[in-house]
Formats: sequence, C-alpha cells, structure tokens
Amino acid sequence: MSLRMPVPDKATIARRGEIVAKLQKIAGSNAVIADEDGRRTFETDGLNAYRAMPLVVVLPQTTDEVAAILRYCHGEGIKVVARGAGTSLCGGALPLEDAVVVGVSRMNKVLELDYDNRFARVETGITNLAISNAVAAEGFFYAPDPSSQLACTLAGNLAMNSGGAHCLKYGVTTNNVLGMKVVLMDGEILEIGGPHLDAEGYDLLGLMVGSEGQFGLITEATVRIIKAAEGARPMMIGFPSSEAAGQCVSAIIASGIIPVAIEFMDKPAIEVCESFAKAGYPMDAEALLIVEVEGSEEEINDLLARIAAIAEPFAPTTVQISSGPAQSAKIWKGRKSAFGAIGRISDYYCMDGTIPLSQLPLVLRRIGEICGSHGLKVANIFHAGDGNLHPLILYEANDPQQAERAERAGAEILTLCVEVGGCLTGEHGVGIEKRDLMTTQFSQVDLVLQMRIKTVFDPDWLLNPGKVFPLEMLSGTGLPDAA
Amino acid sequence: MLAPFVEKQLPVEILGSGSKTKIGRPMQTAGAITTASMHGIWMYEPTELVMSAHAGTPLAQIEAELAANNQMLAFEPSDIGPACGGRRGTQTIGSVFATNSSGSRRITVGAARDHLLGIEAVSGRAELFRSGGRVMKNVTGVDLCRGVSGSWGTLAVLTEVTFKVLPAPEKTVTLVYRGLPDDIGVELMCAAMRLPYEVSGTAHLPQSIAARLETAVLAEHGESITALRLENFEKSVDYRSNAMRAALKVYGEPIMIGSTASFEFWGELRRLSVLPYNEQTCLWRISTAPLKGPKVVAAIRRHMPVEVYYDWSGGLIWVEVPASADAGASDIRRAVAVHGGHATLIRAAASVRSSVEVFQPQSPLAERIIRGLKTTFDPLRLLNPGRMYANH
Repeated sequence: MSLRMPVPDKATIARRGEIVAKLQKIAGSNAVIADEDGRRTFETDGLNAYRAMPLVVVLPQTTDEVAAILRYCHGEGIKVVARGAGTSLCGGALPLEDAVVVGVSRMNKVLELDYDNRFARVETGITNLAISNAVAAEGFFYAPDPSSQLACTLAGNLAMNSGGAHCLKYGVTTNNVLGMKVVLMDGEILEIGGPHLDAEGYDLLGLMVGSEGQFGLITEATVRIIKAAEGARPMMIGFPSSEAAGQCVSAIIASGIIPVAIEFMDKPAIEVCESFAKAGYPMDAEALLIVEVEGSEEEINDLLARIAAIAEPFAPTTVQISSGPAQSAKIWKGRKSAFGAIGRISDYYCMDGTIPLSQLPLVLRRIGEICGSHGLKVANIFHAGDGNLHPLILYEANDPQQAERAERAGAEILTLCVEVGGCLTGEHGVGIEKRDLMTTQFSQVDLVLQMRIKTVFDPDWLLNPGKVFPLEMLSGTGLPDAA
Repeated sequence: MLAPFVEKQLPVEILGSGSKTKIGRPMQTAGAITTASMHGIWMYEPTELVMSAHAGTPLAQIEAELAANNQMLAFEPSDIGPACGGRRGTQTIGSVFATNSSGSRRITVGAARDHLLGIEAVSGRAELFRSGGRVMKNVTGVDLCRGVSGSWGTLAVLTEVTFKVLPAPEKTVTLVYRGLPDDIGVELMCAAMRLPYEVSGTAHLPQSIAARLETAVLAEHGESITALRLENFEKSVDYRSNAMRAALKVYGEPIMIGSTASFEFWGELRRLSVLPYNEQTCLWRISTAPLKGPKVVAAIRRHMPVEVYYDWSGGLIWVEVPASADAGASDIRRAVAVHGGHATLIRAAASVRSSVEVFQPQSPLAERIIRGLKTTFDPLRLLNPGRMYANH
C-alpha cells in the first residue's frame, strides 16, 4: 500500500525503556503493554493493510491517569495516539513507531443514567451497544448505530463522529452528545457542556466531535438517550435496476415520510449477504431497499402501506413486509453483517463517500466502471436516505499489485464523490486513508484554517500526528511547516 | 467586503438585518457591514431535504419557499430580536445560524447547528473559506460549521449557508393542561418525553405569563398552562394524542387545540411574544437539565421578583427580572452554578451589558481555547470585537 507516514523519531524510540518505566510508575505495570507480542495486538486497526508497532501501549483506568500520561508525554515531546477498540476503517487509530498508544478500553463504566432528563454519562471506553443495553430496560436507546457497534467504543465514535443505518432520523454522533470531559495534550482537563442543551459560546463540543483524536483525549461523555418507539418494522423492496431504487428513495422522502432507515444493496451485496444471513432477500432483484419505520402497530402498517404504494410506479420485483420480529432481526442481521459476510469470500476495501441522492445512478455506474478498469469487483451498500455510499472493493490482499489497484480505485471513487457535489467521508473519518485526498475537497485556505484550529488544542502537534492533513502540508516530523 | 477593514485594521460590526443589535456586549467599531445585500436561495432540492441560500436571505422568504413545498426548518428558529427592541420577522438566515437560534422543537430534532450542513464564510483575515457541503453526512476535516454557528459574528462573516430541511407535519395537536404549579408542570413535561410518542414541543407558562398570550383560546383561562405538542401524519397524531391523554391522566384532562391554533401558539413562543420589549425589566435565557428548571427559578426568586416560562421540557427558562445595575447577574449565575447549566443576559440596558458578563463566563481553560479560536479566525480582533467576551 502506498501511503507514507511521517519519519519516526529515532531518539524517542531509543528512549523506549525509560518511557515504559515512567508510564508504569504513572498507571501501574498492569496498565502498560511493552512486550513485543502484546504490542503486536495493537499494530493496526480496521484498515489492516497498514501496520506499525507502537512504542508502548498504556491502558489507563481513570481520567487522572490519562492526564498524568499526557502531561508526561507533553513534557518529553512524545507523540500520543489515542485508541478505542481499534475498529477505525480509515487508519485513524494506526499506531506510530515513535508514539505511545493510550487506549481507553478499560474506562468503560456507566456513571449516571437519568431518564427524566434523558441523558447517560459514561466513560468513553464503553462500547456503543453497551450504552443502549444499559438503558434498554427503561425503553430508551442511544441513537447512532455504526455497524461495528458491538465492538467500537464511544471514544472512537466521538473521534470520528460516527453514524450508522438509523441516523437518517436521529442524526449522527455530534447530534447526540451533550457534554464531555477532555484531557488536552498538556494534561489539563477540559469540561464542556453537561446535561443541559446548547450552552452559549463557541461550540467546543462540536469542534471536538470528529477531531479524530487530534485535539484531546475524551474520557467521559454525556450523551442524549431517546425513548424508543413502540415498535419498528422493516420492509424489503426489490427493483429491476439501481436507478429505480434511487428514484424510489427520492419519492419516499418527497412524500413527507422520514423512515428510520433506508438501506440500499446492489446485486453482488444481496447475494453475499443472503448466503450468510438467509434473510430471504430477493435474489432476482438488481437492487434492494430495506426501509424501516417506527410507531404503534397501526402506524407501522399505515406507513408501510404508503411506502408500498409509492414504490409501485418503479416496478418493484418484490415488496415484502417483515412478518415479525424474527424476520426483522434476520433482515437487519444480513445488512449489519454485510462487511463480515463479504469478508468471508474475499478481502475487501470498504469505502465511505457521500453523494447527493440525485447523482446515485451516475455514481453507481461510474463505480462499476472504475473498479472494472482496475480489474476488480465491487459490491455496493449504501445508507440511501442520506446519500452515504459504502462500495466494497474486492481484492486479494496477498497480491500487492491488486492491493495497490484497490487503493487507486478507492481514491478515484472518492474523488468522484467530491466531483458530483458530495464529500470524501460520511462516517468513517479521514485518518490516513483519505488524508492525501483532502485537497480535492478543500482549498489551501480551508486546510490551513483547520490546521490552525488543531494548533489551538495541541500546539506541538503531538496528538495522532500524520493523519487527516495531507503530508505535503507537514514537515517530515508531522508538524505543519507554518508552525 | 471585509478587506478594507482588515487592511486598515478597523473593528467592524457584522449585521444581517440588524434585528439583534441590542444583544451581546456593546461594541466600539469603526463601521458596520451587512450581508443583507447578499440574498437569494440558490439551491433547493426538496427530495434531498437540502437548501442553500446567501446569508442575507430573509428567513421569512426561506420559510415561505419551504412551506410551498410542505417542508420546514425543523429546528424552528426563534426570533428574539423583538424582545430586545428589534424589528419582528426581519432576521436573515445567516443570523439564525450565527446565533444558533433554535425554538421549541429543539428537544427532539436538534439545534440550528445540527441542521447546518455547509458554510462559505470570510474570516477576520479577509480569507474566504468553506466547510461542510450539501450532503447530510460529512465528517471530512474539522467541523467549522459547528465552530462558527453560535459565535455571533465574532469568528467569521457567513456568506452562504447550506442546511437540512424536513417535511412539514400533516397535522399538529397540542394538549394543554391547566392550573399546574411550575414543578408539577415540568414533571408532566418530562413524563411526556418518556413516552414513545415523539412529543415535539413542551412548554410551561405560569398563570401571569399565560395571561400575556395573544392566542385567545389559551389566554382566556386565567390559569397556568402546560403544553405538549404532537406532529405527524393525521392517523398518528390522533392515535398518539389519545394514548398520551390516557398515560398522563393523573395530570388532569387537557384541552386539545388543532393545527391552526397550535401554529399560532408555538409561533408566539418562537417570537417571545409573552416577554415583550420593556426597559423596566431585563431578560435572561437559562439552559439547565429539565428537572432543575424549577429549582433554578426558586433559587433566583429568593433574591428578586421574577416572571418565567419554561421551554424544552423545563430545560430552557426565559427569566424576566426587574432592571437593576447588574440585571441580577450575580444571584442568577450563583443559582445556575449550584444546579448546573448556563445563563445568558439577553435584554438589558447598554450600560448593564457592558459591565456584566452577558454570556456565561468560561473556565480559565475554556477561556484559553476560546481566545485561541478567536485569534485563529480573527487575529486582529476586528469582527464584532468584545460582543461575546470582553477580552476578545
């Protein structure tokens, strides 16, 4: 694979023993992983084509420990890479050979649940799903639901502003966070927001969410919890073409219905997911929509009937309403395990661009052409309601040439997304993967402004360096040339 | 537009229509620039739920265009200018986002900034920059849309905004409970939010404030009112309003008002009609956790007479207090410090606004970040200098 990383600082690497000893003193020896086998577990994330052995890994248990670690690293000029569960698909948590990895996975407690005021205060090492599970008995849930929700941590969700299938109605992470406790690189602890809404003043919360571990390390968060609807049920609509499916999505939204989710799969994706989940997906369809609505039984029936009527002019090959909870679970299992299912038949490179919905037919055709021109196959999965595409480019990881071609095809697809009015990443983040494409979406002025904001939070650029901003705008050490 | 000011290093006031000029700390500027000449909707895709407009476009024009397509700005921007002596109904879409102005529906759909998808703006360096885009999901780079929204023109001048729109509801019903004291009214609102019916507005108006309503059907009762709004397809609203009445029957039998009267009532709250401009009083906006609302008010009431009403199921409190040298700031801020949240002085004489902190004072660390952000966007301190914080 072809992305460069900043040149590691040999002097820091040479001091490894001393750094390990100091971290053991701060966080206890149980919290520090210094042996080679242990560190190897952390050498990559969800973008596993890239690997780097971390200098040392530390898993603190309190905000004060995190503060002490960062204060020490700041004083010594040592870089830090924050890590949740390491599920980032864009290399956001990729370690650096000269950086300490600070993982929050042991900070996973629920600190406070308040149903009247509708918030949960948690440590950010908690998994996304564990938040919803903690409030499920009272009929509440935490809305953003990335496909990796069983494993991914809230810390990672906050860093990447993660979304998910159900964000069409309930918004992404940034729309569901009320407050946080952040450790800045100098060890100072910044508290932002709380159980109340919309503190006046600059939106520091909004700047922190999506800052990809480059502004601070978030150790606690207050998130909005929502009362679940009385029920929810999906329906499946198969279409003879992707164009028809895309037009149907527009028609549903034009009718005034905002379903909880509208998911799109093309034929290759349908075939793989069906063989994995046996969800009853229509095998004769070129494209499939999974549309879910919420409410009482009567409301659900009413909305699904409306949607079926809206779909009729687009000549659907299948219109099937879920028969009950068992089938609903299967339908979603197929969709949510799509990445795993495709992973069983091939290595794949998961892309994440967003486009205006009207461009869907053009973009799907071009994706097919782009992958074809590189001799690769592709399956498309798509949060259709909000235009968030996930083309999965299939390739053979052991063939360096294919890997290279997959990466090139991916870059061409993301550039296409920007050209048609969309953006490079809808929910995965920039990380290293899209770092060098940032200039296709932003001007020099835009990027310099963003880099200056990063400097406000982390003046020495010690937090998660080498990510997000194009390397050519940085010096060899990962610091901005202008700094 | 900004370049001459930046070149000569002259501080400048940033205006849309100028309806909110009496909010914030008074400023010393060499001149003003307005975005009012930059108007017009230049992109509207109803099926993609997205619209782009030049920042000076009147909000009224945008809402009319949306209404013609059965859509709306779901965050229900409030018009707080009139409560401070500004002209009603004149605000621009740029100012709505620059002040992060959100109304009653905020509790379910999010704030103004949650609907802002993309911006084009000019910084205090006289540099044009863009952030975000026109698509619903976008996590590319630092989220400057949120950074700029709510900065009251102190970081950058918005020139274009792209935002999310949503379908307008087919039917609206408001359940109005009468005669509840503040704490029970807030308890009712919180109980309603715990039901699975997507209540899209909850407000409690004590008797003296309810008496100021122009919506005749509600003003005439002479009692406090606690209002719960349901919006959806007709069938849903009918079903949910019945289910809610049953679930909340311990709070009494509500009167039900339909779409037209509901629109009138919630419209009054949007423009703060119950807290009209009055130089004898000062107006505060306090945000706290919903159940803390009545406690904050009780704590303030120990020190001064107050008129209040509660929105956001008790979490947003509009507090009217007698005019005084510090507008009650020290007692109000102490009450908020005890219970959590923040307080903003919305209406007071200029002399008061220049002597007390108008926006919630920040911790030294947050202050350091805020100062850094101001310096990043506007190193010469030219844009609305001192409007939010005395030192920047």
